[in-house]
Amino acid sequence: MRYDIGLSIDYRYDHPSDRARGLMRLLPRPIAGIQRLIDAELVIDPAPDTRHELRDFFGNRSTSASWHEPLAQLKLTLRARVERLAEAPSLDLSPPLHRLAAELADVRDLGPLSPHHYVGATPRIAPDPATAGFARDQLTPGASALDAVRGIGAALHREMRFDPTATDVATPPARAFAQRRGVCQDFTQVMISCLRGIGIPAGYASGFLRTLPPPGQPRLEGADAMHAWVRAWCGGGTGWIDYDPTNDCLVGLDHVTVAQGRDYSDVSPVRGAHRGLGSHSTAQRVDMVAL
Amino acid sequence: MARADPIAATPLDPLLADYAPQPGVADELFEAPGRIRPVWRDFVDGLAALPEGEIADRCARGDRYLRDAGVFYRRYTADAQQERDWPLSHVPVILSQADWDGITEGLTQRAELLERVVADLYGPGDLVRDGQLPAALLAQSPHWLRPMVGVAPRGGHWLHLLAFEIGRSPDGSWVVLGDRAQAPSGAGYALETRMATSRVFADPFPHGDTHRLAGWFRSFRDAMLALRDRDDGRVAILTPGPGTDTYFEHAYIARYLGLMLLEGEDLVARDGAVMVRTVAGLQPVSVLWRRLDAGFLDPLELDEDSRIGTPGLIEALRGGGLAMLNAPGSGVLETRALMAFLPRIAERLLGAPLKLPNIATWWCGGAAERAYVKAHAHRMMIGAALSCDLPFDTRAASAPGAGFRHPDWPDRDAWIDAEAAALVGQEAVTLSTTPAWRDGKLVARPMTVRVFAARTPTGWCFMPGGYARIGQTADTTALAMQQGGAVADVWIRSDRPVPRDTLLPEAGGFRRSPLGQLPSRAADNLFWLGRYVERTEALIRLLRARHLRLAETGSAEDPRLHRLTAHLEALGVDPQVPVPPVLTEALDQAAACAAKVRDRFSVDGWAALRDLASTAHGMTGTARPGDDAAHAMSVLLRKITGFSGLVHDNMYRFIGWRFLSIGRALERADALALALADFTAPEAPPGCLDIAVELGDSVLVHQRRYRIETSRETVLDLLALDDRNPRAIAFQIDRIREHVAELPGARDLGRPSALARAVLVLQTELAVAEPLDLDPTRLGALRAGLADLSGHLTSAYLR
Repeated sequence: MRYDIGLSIDYRYDHPSDRARGLMRLLPRPIAGIQRLIDAELVIDPAPDTRHELRDFFGNRSTSASWHEPLAQLKLTLRARVERLAEAPSLDLSPPLHRLAAELADVRDLGPLSPHHYVGATPRIAPDPATAGFARDQLTPGASALDAVRGIGAALHREMRFDPTATDVATPPARAFAQRRGVCQDFTQVMISCLRGIGIPAGYASGFLRTLPPPGQPRLEGADAMHAWVRAWCGGGTGWIDYDPTNDCLVGLDHVTVAQGRDYSDVSPVRGAHRGLGSHSTAQRVDMVAL
Repeated sequence: MARADPIAATPLDPLLADYAPQPGVADELFEAPGRIRPVWRDFVDGLAALPEGEIADRCARGDRYLRDAGVFYRRYTADAQQERDWPLSHVPVILSQADWDGITEGLTQRAELLERVVADLYGPGDLVRDGQLPAALLAQSPHWLRPMVGVAPRGGHWLHLLAFEIGRSPDGSWVVLGDRAQAPSGAGYALETRMATSRVFADPFPHGDTHRLAGWFRSFRDAMLALRDRDDGRVAILTPGPGTDTYFEHAYIARYLGLMLLEGEDLVARDGAVMVRTVAGLQPVSVLWRRLDAGFLDPLELDEDSRIGTPGLIEALRGGGLAMLNAPGSGVLETRALMAFLPRIAERLLGAPLKLPNIATWWCGGAAERAYVKAHAHRMMIGAALSCDLPFDTRAASAPGAGFRHPDWPDRDAWIDAEAAALVGQEAVTLSTTPAWRDGKLVARPMTVRVFAARTPTGWCFMPGGYARIGQTADTTALAMQQGGAVADVWIRSDRPVPRDTLLPEAGGFRRSPLGQLPSRAADNLFWLGRYVERTEALIRLLRARHLRLAETGSAEDPRLHRLTAHLEALGVDPQVPVPPVLTEALDQAAACAAKVRDRFSVDGWAALRDLASTAHGMTGTARPGDDAAHAMSVLLRKITGFSGLVHDNMYRFIGWRFLSIGRALERADALALALADFTAPEAPPGCLDIAVELGDSVLVHQRRYRIETSRETVLDLLALDDRNPRAIAFQIDRIREHVAELPGARDLGRPSALARAVLVLQTELAVAEPLDLDPTRLGALRAGLADLSGHLTSAYLR
């Protein structure tokens, strides 16, 4: 399945920011066997004085830009053509949950996909007895790791309401869970917190969702902005499984990944540091059209 | 040794009456009961020979030295932070050359091992892949920094400055208690501790064979200079700022080594390089000695909430545009659990066992280790595996003698099983004791020594002594050090005389160092220091004028008082309060500005400012309106004049002094223009002209110069237009013009800068004005002109 993806973000600063610098994670990353990048372009306006492309630790395509003069507004425009290759897996070969810890201990790897990065506390997700307790309550005896992931995802989907007014980009998962409301970022971080609470390594993916569903299917929630979902490690054999708690489904041909990391702080689409005071305003537009 | 009890019936007796080394504990002074170590012999004999009371006098001299030098550290308590005097333990620890040689040999090996480990952790990753180190320990450590993976630091090394905390075991051997690789602190304090201790134990105490510290600092500075990639690149110290516990040391070392002291906001990453914003524009920085935890360095790639970082710093570092010591990410070496694996890693990487063992450590993530820790928990400290605290700086949940205390777990074994991989057990070490001076006697106190090592082109170079921590109580478990304790000098006594050595150049011929560039932030703080001090002075004069008249008339209904009160209220002052908050706040602001430029500010000036602020704070609540408050203001005025004299008579005419002076002149002109507008207004009540002259400190001059009563014309002439009166507005503008002409870029493409032109306009206006032209409206316009000037200055130099 091929898609044309368009994204534009507008920033307007009340007080022009002095010597601005930003780090963007907007270009979709290629993932072997999952998605292929046919073409992609990120236009930055005004054009930065310096611009570098780099791969971060997790392999995400990052763009670093800096401006020497004060910046009153900024427009980022992404155009990408991506081919989505693999369907979600249909066979569950993951080990029983109680065997996961032993498999984890056997992993002698510090690479970006090593599950060791995705347990315990990360910058935006602290261990939380409430989510861990919720996750434990969803477990059935003898469940496989993948069963556990799907069970907890489905339970969260029932429990939480999609509500763009309830949270903002800085809301910690514990608060989003306490009020049982939020957007895809909150669903994702809450589910990561749940999974880690019962020993399943879990990470964060940012990306896009097709805007119009295939004929006869409902439109997915979260398609009008950048989307987010969970990655869960289901043992050495099965590896990483992507799961979308906002829509209660395994990630498949409708999702295109931009970046992967431990939590939002690793994949934040635009990390900006602006010297100078004042709030800024943003507007975001997204569309992802099947070709 | 055949002599039995050699100290019996010697003059040492009274001195050592309370000195009781404990059985099963090594002691620095006594190598065996009754047998003093040879390196201490002449020192304790010297002590015993001093007349009664002399030791106490000498200790007081050392304390006074530290106070006068302004040596402090910051201590954080639950609800406040406060500056504390440096806790000197006066009696040095004395070590023999043989002891020291063994220590440095062992630590050289350890430094090399740590370098190889950190290079592997951010490079090939063999240690993890081969099972020498559990991946979880690194992946979950906040100090293993992912953006540094795959980076080759410029110069080829991660580690340049290390500190080791070591202690002596009961059998006399040394053991490493902790490694400091993130941003080791204490080297500067060691210098000041040495200075103070030398005052306490001046002649006749032995010095000729004690190793000096200055040579080490020179080697370290030269090593930093050698890391530069360009001749015009600067070497600077990067500090988190005055709020940090060891800021004194950052400022002190910057001054001592002649390095710039910078904060994150001073720096800007540009085109792959790092530049410092100075009053002369962006200047390249090639080497940064980092004094903050790496996580704060760059909000773009590290801690996104950091307010003290520099966006783009990590990118510059990755590209080789900057060398940093130590490289960010080195802090992971402080992880306590690493101690459990280093002995085996040493065998693996170096093919040899550790020459100096580290404190025995077991990571509870391994089943066998976990079982061992549970079985021996009664003589272990058990705590967080990923913690970077030294064994005695942390509150272990389980410690010998203290039992088990944990809010969530009633049972120690259950806790260890549940948190396994997050815990380590460490053997409870017994530290050696050393003499400390308490109440006229020597007593035995536990100690640890901090050893500093610098990488130089010829290998690791160790600061010979200087820093030991001394426990508060006689308890020799490491836990006794928890409360911080005191710091003592460490003397390494050579087998032969050591040469004199200081950082000063050889005699015979000198070279003037070029004046360093002034960072914009420092210039800004100096400018505002000048303004706040002058603002305080103007407030003091106003308050004194009011209270004098209150005392004189005894009635608040006097029309002059009304006008003074209204003037003060317009400045935000509550006239009913004798020492109003506005005044103490202005002083606190001045002190805060001065605190941020400690490296550029004389110790005496700093002490005078602190004294002024504490006097003012002391007066709030005690001074009563009228005569009493007027007197209090006179006291403050004398003190503030003393401060200004100290600064303006003694401060070297660096460019920073010009910013300070511009701030003062600007504020003085502004305050006077405001006062003249109120007190020389045509409708002002009688007596107000005298107030104006008093505020302008020109009473005597007015009498001599005009020989008549005050009139609007004479007062405005003297206080606004007379360029020979150092209080007059015209005088301030003349000074500002002189200073501005000396600033970088004062002439821009052959023309005066915008700032210089703005000054010229004000100067001309005053030059052609007649006294009576200066009605409140014209004075208001003048103030607007001054504000404009401040704006030009800020945008040209202070951002």
